[in-house]
Parts: sequence; structure tokens; C-alpha cells
Amino acid sequence: MILQADDVEMSFGTTPALRGASVAVEQGEILAVMGPSGSGKSTLLHCLAGILVPDAGEIHFAGERLDTLPEPARSALRRDRFGFVFQFGQLVPELTAAENIALPLLLGGTKRPAALRTAAEWLARLGLDGLGRRRSGELSGGPAPRVALARGLVTGPEVLFADEPTGALDSLTGEQVMDLLVGAAREHGTTVVLVTHEPRIAAYADREVVVRDGRVSALAATR
Amino acid sequence: MTVPLTLLGLLEREPSHGYDLKRDYDAWFGRGKPLPFGQVYATLGRLARDGKVIVGETEPGAGPDRKRYVITEQGVSEVETWLREPVEPEPHLQTVLFAKVVLALMSGRDAERYLDAQRAAHLQRMRELTELKRSGNSVDALLADHGLFHLEADLRWIELTSARLANLAAEVKS
Repeated sequence: MILQADDVEMSFGTTPALRGASVAVEQGEILAVMGPSGSGKSTLLHCLAGILVPDAGEIHFAGERLDTLPEPARSALRRDRFGFVFQFGQLVPELTAAENIALPLLLGGTKRPAALRTAAEWLARLGLDGLGRRRSGELSGGPAPRVALARGLVTGPEVLFADEPTGALDSLTGEQVMDLLVGAAREHGTTVVLVTHEPRIAAYADREVVVRDGRVSALAATR
Repeated sequence: MTVPLTLLGLLEREPSHGYDLKRDYDAWFGRGKPLPFGQVYATLGRLARDGKVIVGETEPGAGPDRKRYVITEQGVSEVETWLREPVEPEPHLQTVLFAKVVLALMSGRDAERYLDAQRAAHLQRMRELTELKRSGNSVDALLADHGLFHLEADLRWIELTSARLANLAAEVKS
């Protein structure tokens, strides 16, 4: 198990989001976390990724307790070993596509020319040649999610956390993003935690769990 | 799949032997369910009887498959009509899913458990179809997509039904 949540509880004010959620993710596995809106699936992802600290329960990553680490250590972990892709891409509009992709490398201390070279490789790989100098705020709905995906993968993370990565896309573009995501993850052995409410997106995963009322119910079928 | 009309459609391309029709049918439409030779020839026989194909001269040579079939104008017109008309939008599977949920609730069984099992089975099939899409050609993808969207529709229904189970149970038992 590379990542594990045990009996995690988390409330926002008086509203409970997770009430004893447990899930385990294997090394190299692509796990889909499904469930209705407000079921707690994004909160679970944020707890697994060390963004939120649960009120109770434990999170383990690579054999070590994650939720008890101080924020600077969790922040370093997120930067160095995790990658993130969010629903609306959340690219920095003032930066170019290449700079957006390079951002996690720059934050990790990679020199700018080297970071931009790596970003250029990702642009080529995702069929975005020629768009590198475009500000991401000017990108259309087609390339923007691919730039967001490249940014999530650029550091070669051990775990990629993707929260509705195809949420705002049409079916065909969404599939292209998933093809790229799954292809890259398999190639590098990246573990993926994929939050989605869409069955067609979950079908790209090896396995799915459903979050309902803050608890995880595992389904029987696995690949 | 409507076998007679599909064979007619294949014949519209060019006159063919029964063997060629079977081979093309299996390649394009069989998808793991090959058409038995007996059914091919029985179907062609009926189509000939009804004037939709004519049987060409028996060609000299060995082997059983020496007849060439040619589509008639009536046959072409039939294919034309068939292709123009939309298929009855029948929710085939839903009737079974519906019956199982209602019967489970009526008998006080755990309908949620059944829906979970059904969801898992649907998602497993969707994974297989997604893999077929990723590894296959565009025709495979076309067929897989059709399956995927139908399964997804069922899943949406499963989700909604899961959310409504408590109310449904009260109603079904009253």
C-alpha cells in the first residue's frame, strides 16, 4: 500500500464531511473515487494528499504517518512527491502555458531554463507544440486541461491526485485527457487517485470505491 | 442485430457468395457471436423466396458454396427503408433492473446491496469496453462507445434509485 486512510473523520464547522472513511491505494494503481455531490469524495482526496488534516483517523503515505506531519513537511511532500490536477485546471492566467507546466519544478528549486525545457517536452508530448508561449488565460477549453495535466505530472510524482480532471470538458476532449493521464501514469508507474462522478471516466481506473455520506463502500469488481 | 437486413445491406455492395457474406458479417457485426452457416443459407433462401435476392447461376467447381447471390430492387428498397427508420427506443435492461429493485423492496431484502453489485458489474463492463477503445481501432471504439453510453445511462438510474430507496421502500410496502 502506498497510500492509506484509516477511519478518517473530518468536519467543516458542525457539518461532517467524512465519518470514518477508510481506503487503501496500491502502488501504481489507478483508483477512482466516486460518489454523489457532497458525499465527501473531494474532502477524502484532500486528506489523502495532506492538504487537509483530518479531525480523527490516520493517513499513511509510503509507510509513514502523513497527517501528523507539520505543515511545512506536508507542503514539501506535496511539492516533491505528489502531483495535482483540478477540475477547472486552475492555471495561472498571467503565466504562459510553458510557465504553468514548469511551475512545480520552479517551486522545487529547478533553474528556469531547465524547468522550461522539461515543460517544452511535455507540451510536445501532449500535442501542444507552438502553444508554449501563449498565456494560459488565452487558451481554449481544448488545450487548457492538457496543460493542467502536464503540470500535475511534470515533477514525475509518485501519486497524482486528480479531482474531476474532465469536469468541464465535452466527452471527446475528456477522453483525450483521460487517455493521456492513464498512458502517462502507466508508463511511469504513477499511482493515481481520481475523483469523479462520471462512470465513463471512472472506467479508466483499475478499481473504484464509492463515497456515500462520508464513508467509503468498496465495490466488488476489480480488473 | 437484424440478420436478414444486414445480409441484404452487405449484398448491396456487390453480388457475393454465402461464405463471403458470413465472413463479412462476422468481421463487422458478429463481435464474438459468429453467424452459423446454416442460418446464412436459410436466410438467403427466405430472401430469395420473397424476391429480395436472386440466386445466380451455380458456378462450376468443387465445394458447396458455388452460388452467387444478387440483391433485387425490392431488396435495395427494403434496406433503404430500414436504414431511414429510427429504432424503437426501448430501455431493454431497465425493465429487469426495475423489477429486481421493486421485488427486493417488496420482500424487505437489501435493495441497496443489489444496486451496489449491479453498479460494480456495470463498471467492470465499462472498464473492458474502455480498454477495447484504447487498444482497438476506430470501429471498435464506435461500438464500445455505444455500449458505454448505455451502461452509463443505467448507472445514472442506479445512482438516483439508490438515493431514493428509503422513499421507494415506503411506497412499495404501503
